[in-house]
Amino acid sequence: MGMLVFIKDMLGHIIRGNRMYYIWLVVLGIFITMGAIAYFWQLSEGLIVTNMRDQVSWGFYIANFTFFVGVAAAAVMLVIPSYIYHFKPIREIVLFGEMIAVMAVIMCILFVVVDMGKPFHAWHIMMKPNFPSSLLVWDVIVLNGYLIINAAAVTYVLYRAANGKEYKMSIMWPIVLMSIPWAFSIHTVTAFLYNGLSSRPFWNASIVAPRFIASALCSGPALMIIVFQIARKVSEVDISNEAIHKIAELIAYAMGINLFLYAAEIFKEFYSHSIHLAPMDYLFFGLRKGGELHNVLVPFTWIALVFNITAFILFLMPKMRYNFFTMNLACILILVGVYIEKGMGLIIPGFIPDTLGEIYDYMPSATELLITAGIWATGALIYTLMIKTAVPIYKGELSLIPKAQRRKLPVH
Amino acid sequence: MKRRDFMRSAALTIGGLLMPANKSDASMWETFFQKYFREMTPQEKKGVAKRLEKEYEAKTGVKINVKTNEALPGVKYGYGLDLSRCIGCRRCVYACATENNLSRKPQMHYITVLEFKNGEKWISDLEESQKYYKHEMVPAPEHFYMPVQCQQCDNPPCVKVCPTKATWKEPDGIVVVDYNWCIGCRYCMAACPYGARKFNWGEPTVPPEQFNPDTHYLGNRPKFKGHVEKCTFCIQRTRENPGRYPACVEICPAGARKFGNLLDPNSEISQCIEKKRVFRLKEELNTHPNFLYFFSM
Repeated sequence: MGMLVFIKDMLGHIIRGNRMYYIWLVVLGIFITMGAIAYFWQLSEGLIVTNMRDQVSWGFYIANFTFFVGVAAAAVMLVIPSYIYHFKPIREIVLFGEMIAVMAVIMCILFVVVDMGKPFHAWHIMMKPNFPSSLLVWDVIVLNGYLIINAAAVTYVLYRAANGKEYKMSIMWPIVLMSIPWAFSIHTVTAFLYNGLSSRPFWNASIVAPRFIASALCSGPALMIIVFQIARKVSEVDISNEAIHKIAELIAYAMGINLFLYAAEIFKEFYSHSIHLAPMDYLFFGLRKGGELHNVLVPFTWIALVFNITAFILFLMPKMRYNFFTMNLACILILVGVYIEKGMGLIIPGFIPDTLGEIYDYMPSATELLITAGIWATGALIYTLMIKTAVPIYKGELSLIPKAQRRKLPVH
Repeated sequence: MKRRDFMRSAALTIGGLLMPANKSDASMWETFFQKYFREMTPQEKKGVAKRLEKEYEAKTGVKINVKTNEALPGVKYGYGLDLSRCIGCRRCVYACATENNLSRKPQMHYITVLEFKNGEKWISDLEESQKYYKHEMVPAPEHFYMPVQCQQCDNPPCVKVCPTKATWKEPDGIVVVDYNWCIGCRYCMAACPYGARKFNWGEPTVPPEQFNPDTHYLGNRPKFKGHVEKCTFCIQRTRENPGRYPACVEICPAGARKFGNLLDPNSEISQCIEKKRVFRLKEELNTHPNFLYFFSM
């Protein structure tokens, strides 16, 4: 009975909102509808409506998938300082970070599904998993596990709050302890997915997994800083400046490591100048074949590099980090920079030149862009609904306790 | 595609998911829930072949025979390509497409013939290759040719990465794909160092009068959109007893292609290995191909 009332109240909170909220929902709805129509089109015609071909057999979907695996690190970035070092300001917002992780992993799964030629047969992977040989099976396991861990943590904390109680550390501790190595595992396994292919020299470099983690610890928290500021503006959730600046500081270290690893990779490839330089050359300068220059990714590569370095410098200086304008600017620069670098910038050069030396210039088709936008909007909608449920629970407006027995709870 | 067709297939997709089993076409459900091929009994394999034959006839109007015969004992296939003889005419490419019922539109080929200028690097770095060469006459002066197709590796990277075990190596050395079990993730295509794996990006089409009706479940039966396929050394021919040459070997006007049983010391391929200095493509990757290149002159 209490649950039914709760669900009714929850729906009440979700459908209530100001004008901006409704506009936001309508915009998301439009993108999701367009994405769904584009996906039905792709289902009926086949993946031929994308610009992927045998030469470049993975494209924009897998690029987005890779980026969002990185974003899913957001939660763990908060979990470490809050629970292990008892840094109070962050501890209170861990929940919102974990919700970003839930959103990001759901988006990852959607991106993989839209990339499949026969998505309705995806259950075959459960029937005959090629384990432990196929890294793709590992990825299915770690991603779903990470989704379950974070969803469980969020549900438990909210359930306790809805009952007017603090969560018990004895229950949270094992979840937290598990989520840290698990977050690293989703990056490592996803990196190994590419890393293990000797046919693709660009991916077959040991630096891929460390760089994955370093850049993930930039993009996830950068997205988090921006989302938190929006969340505290539009809902009454309280997120302290102290927590935000601490996250910014952590991003500075992560970006420092990321740039160092990137420099190590660039040095090795350009100095040794072996035949395996080609994909890197394609990224930075373009490749010439048969008198034709192939350089579609060149501007993006340079934009990403300049953005990442600028953001690093901004985050490194405390003055800039504590100024909200420059901090937000740096966050956006990092998001764009890492989105390019760990998305298209990682996936496409793996296929260029292809294994028989052909160069196929890939850029996503309109259908790919629409479906991708639809998945982004789905992620945003999921996060919005989670916030719309979590904030009233935290504030005691949405509760499992019968109305008569409720007392005022301290508001975070 | 017309909008009506699109709406119809969209409706079919949704309907297919929602409709209870007894109301829809039984064959569709059998197709959807078809078991993993390697775990079927010989009877079940025959049953699936019968169902497929019916489906194919309904779809194409052609009577197509689907064989499921297993590997012959004491046989491991090997392939030799004489680079001195290849003239780059691409007859093998088209004979392969006809024999294996490869989609004509969108066009698919299992064999890629690479052209190189004399003196250019070509052994481990194929970046100077020209795949789309157009000449009045071949061989073009000062050029040479290297056809590439599935190398039927003993250590196949594609099999290693497949998440669903939809591709495997048969006892006679042929790497095959169960098109019905493949989910179309294309991880094998990323893993293959020889560009041998091809994906059905759209619905494969073959004009009905051009269908080769003699097919094998693991080979040249008609395909669908959304799965990967590859060269099978013409499994529908080579597994017969007596076996026939793969179509590419049969058509080659220059006699550049050799084929046979590696376990028989007197076979053509075993003799090639004994008499010629053979090499494998991308040896540094340790894939151990059963497809060997050599020079006769």
